[in-house]
Amino acid sequence: MFRTIRHRDGSAMTGGCDQIGGRIGMWLFLYTEIILFGGLFVLYAAYFHEYPRAFAEYGKELDRVIGAVNTVLLLVSSFTVAASLTALRQGMRRLCLGLLAVSFCCGTIFLVNKYFEWGHKFAMGLYPSSPALAGAPPGKNIFFGLYYVITGLHGLHVLIGMTLLAISFVLVQRRRATADRYAILENSGLYWHLVDLIWIFVFPLFYLIL
Amino acid sequence: MTMATIPSFFETPAPAGLTGIRAWLLTHDHKRLGLMYLWAVLFWFAVAMIIGLLIRIELMTMGRTIMSAGVYNSAFTLHGVIMIFLFVIPGIPAIFGNFFLPIQLGTDDVFFPRLNLFSWYLYILGGVLAIVSLFTAGGFPDTGWTFYVPFSIGTKHNVPLTVFAAFVLGMSSMLTGLNFITTVHRKRAPDMGWMQIPLFTWSLYATAWVQLLATPVISITLLLVIAERLLNIGLFDPARGGDPILYQHLFWMYSHPAVYVMILPGMGVVSEIIPTFSRKAIFGYKAIVFSSMGIAIAGSLVWAHHMYTSGMSDTAIFVFSLLTFLVAIPTAVKVFSWVSTLYKASIDMSPPLLYALVFIYLFSVGGLTGLVLGAAGTNIHVHDTHFVVAHFHFTMFGGTGFAFFAALHYWWPKMFGLMYNFRRAYIAATLATVGFLFHYVPMFVLGLMGMPRRYYDYLPQFAHGNGLAAVGAILLVAGIVLMFVNLLLSFRSRVPAPANPWGGCTLEWTVPSPPPLHNFPLQPSIQEYPYDFTEILRKAPRS
Repeated sequence: MFRTIRHRDGSAMTGGCDQIGGRIGMWLFLYTEIILFGGLFVLYAAYFHEYPRAFAEYGKELDRVIGAVNTVLLLVSSFTVAASLTALRQGMRRLCLGLLAVSFCCGTIFLVNKYFEWGHKFAMGLYPSSPALAGAPPGKNIFFGLYYVITGLHGLHVLIGMTLLAISFVLVQRRRATADRYAILENSGLYWHLVDLIWIFVFPLFYLIL
Repeated sequence: MTMATIPSFFETPAPAGLTGIRAWLLTHDHKRLGLMYLWAVLFWFAVAMIIGLLIRIELMTMGRTIMSAGVYNSAFTLHGVIMIFLFVIPGIPAIFGNFFLPIQLGTDDVFFPRLNLFSWYLYILGGVLAIVSLFTAGGFPDTGWTFYVPFSIGTKHNVPLTVFAAFVLGMSSMLTGLNFITTVHRKRAPDMGWMQIPLFTWSLYATAWVQLLATPVISITLLLVIAERLLNIGLFDPARGGDPILYQHLFWMYSHPAVYVMILPGMGVVSEIIPTFSRKAIFGYKAIVFSSMGIAIAGSLVWAHHMYTSGMSDTAIFVFSLLTFLVAIPTAVKVFSWVSTLYKASIDMSPPLLYALVFIYLFSVGGLTGLVLGAAGTNIHVHDTHFVVAHFHFTMFGGTGFAFFAALHYWWPKMFGLMYNFRRAYIAATLATVGFLFHYVPMFVLGLMGMPRRYYDYLPQFAHGNGLAAVGAILLVAGIVLMFVNLLLSFRSRVPAPANPWGGCTLEWTVPSPPPLHNFPLQPSIQEYPYDFTEILRKAPRS
C-alpha cells in the first residue's frame, strides 16, 4: 500500500501523500461547486433579463446592512482561515486553533444574521408559495424565489464549510494535522474560500447592483 | 519470485488483513472495485433490458397487450432512468476504467483509492434510492427520464426521490471523473508522456472532463425540481413568472454532454480492440486523441438541439444546428481511423473484434441519423417520433452497448483469468446484431411515418413496424442472454487465460491474468509508441 512511488517531478514519496495531486483533486471538486452555482446564476441572468424592473424594485427591499456585515464576516473569516494554515505550517499550533475558532464564529454569526434576515422576510409574508407572493406580480415571485434558493444553497454550503473547519480544529488539537501534514486543513480552507467567493457574487447581484 | 507465482488480486486483500465479504466491501483496490461495479451494473442492465422488452411486447399489438397505460408510462421512465444513470453512464468508465486505467498508466491504483470506494457506495445508494422511490409516496415515477417540468412538478407519482437518486448517481460519476483526471496527471508511470498514453485511457480522460464540466448542472437542476416539489417556489411555473423552457436548457446543458460521457469510453474500447486484432499500429493515434478532446469540447456546446420545437429564436436554432454538425467531424475522424487501421491489416477474427466491427457499423448509422435530427428543417418533421428513439438507441445501444460487450469479451480473460467459448460468443453476437437491426430499423420508418415516441397506442398503419420491432427485441434479448450465459459458463469450464491471449501491446497485457495486487511486480517499461506491434509480431509463432 505504501510502497515508494516516484512522481513526475522526480521526488520520491509514499503512496497517498502526493500533495500536488491532492490539491488537483480538491480544485477539481471546487470547480464542480462553482458550476453547481453557475446553473443558478444562469437562471438569475435569464430572469433578470425578463424582469429588470421587478428585480430593481425588490432588490431594494433586501437589508443591505446585514448583507454588508455578512460580506465583511466572510472576508475576515477567509483571512483567518488562510492565516491559520500559515500558523500551522510554522508550528504555531495554538495560534492556528485560535484563528480557526474565529473563522468558525464568523460563520456562526453569518448564519445568525441570515436567520434574522429571513425571519424578517417571513414576517412580511415573503416566503416560497406564501399567499403574499402567490398574488404578487410574476417578477416579485421569481425574485424572491431565486433569493431563497441561492442564499439557501449558499447557507447550506456555509454549514458544510463550518463542519469542515470544526473537523480541522479537532484534528489540529489532537495533533493529527501538523506542520508536515496539513492537507485536511488546507482543503477545508479552500472550501471555505469557495463559500466566500460565491457570496462575493451573490451579495452584489441581490443587494447592490439592483 | 517469477511472474507466474505472484498471487493475483483475488487472493490478496487490500487493505491487508480483510477477509471474506469485508475484503470486497471495504477494499481500496481499483480492480476489486471494477468488478464490484461490474456485477452491480450488470444487475441494473438486466432489469432495464427486461423492462425494455416488456415495453416492446406491449407495443407489439394495438391497444392493451400486457400492461395498462399508467404502467407503460412508468415502464419507459424506469427503462430510461436505469439505462442512462445506472448502466450507460457508469458502465464502461466505472468497470473497465477502474480496472484498466491504472494498469494502462503503469501504476498501482487510482490517485484516491478511498474516494473510489466512496463512489461505489454512492452508486449503490443511488440504485437503492431508485428502488425505494418505486414503492413509496405515489409510486413509480411516470415522467420519462427527462423529468420535464411542469409535469414532473405536477404529477402525483414519486418524482422527488427518483430525482434525488439521479443526483446521488451524478455525484458518484463526478467523483470517479475527478479521480481519473488526478490519476492521469499524477500517477502515470514516470517515463510515460502524454502521447504514450493508450487510447482507452485517453478517452476516459476526455470523458472525465465532461463529467466534471457538466454533471453539476444536472445536480442543480435536479435539486431545483426537488425544491419545486417541496416548497412550490414557481421558478418554472409560467403562471407565477417562471419559464419551463429554462428547465429544458439547464437539463440539456448536462444531458447532451452526457451522451458523450456515454459514447467516448466506448470509442476508447474500440480504439484498443481494432489495432490489437489488426496487428497493426492504429491509424492516426494523435487524430483520435484530439478528436476525443474535440468531441468533449464541441459536444458541450450543442445542448439546445434537443429543443428546436420548444421555442427558440431562429438565430439560436441556426447556431446550435451548425455546432451540432461540427461534432460529426471529430466523430468521423475516429470512424475513418478505425477503418483505415483495418485496411491491409493481418486481421485475426475474435469475439471482441466482431463486437467492435458491429459497433462501428451501428454507431455510424446512429451518427448519420443524428445529422438528420441536427438539421433544423428535418428535425421539425421527426421531433419526438420513433425516429429519435431509433437514432439514440443506435448510438447508445448499438454504440456504447456493443462497445461494452466488446470490452467484456476483450478484457474478461484479463479480469478473471478465464477464457470463454468462442463459438457461442460468435452466435450470440450475430443473434444480437440481427435482432438489433430488426428491432430498431422499423422504428426509423415508423418515425418518418409520424409515429410519436412514448405513446401507449397507435394507428393501424403502424402495426406492421411495431410487430417487427417486437420480434427483433426478442431476438436481441435472446442474443444478449446467450452472451452472458457464455461468459458465466467460463467460471465452470475454467479454461485458464494466458497473460496475453490476444497479442495486445498495451500494459495490461504484460501482467499476469488476473493481475497481482500492485499490478506490476517490477516498474513497467513504457513503449515509445503505445501501439507498436513489432515485439508482438517478432514473438508470434508464424511470421
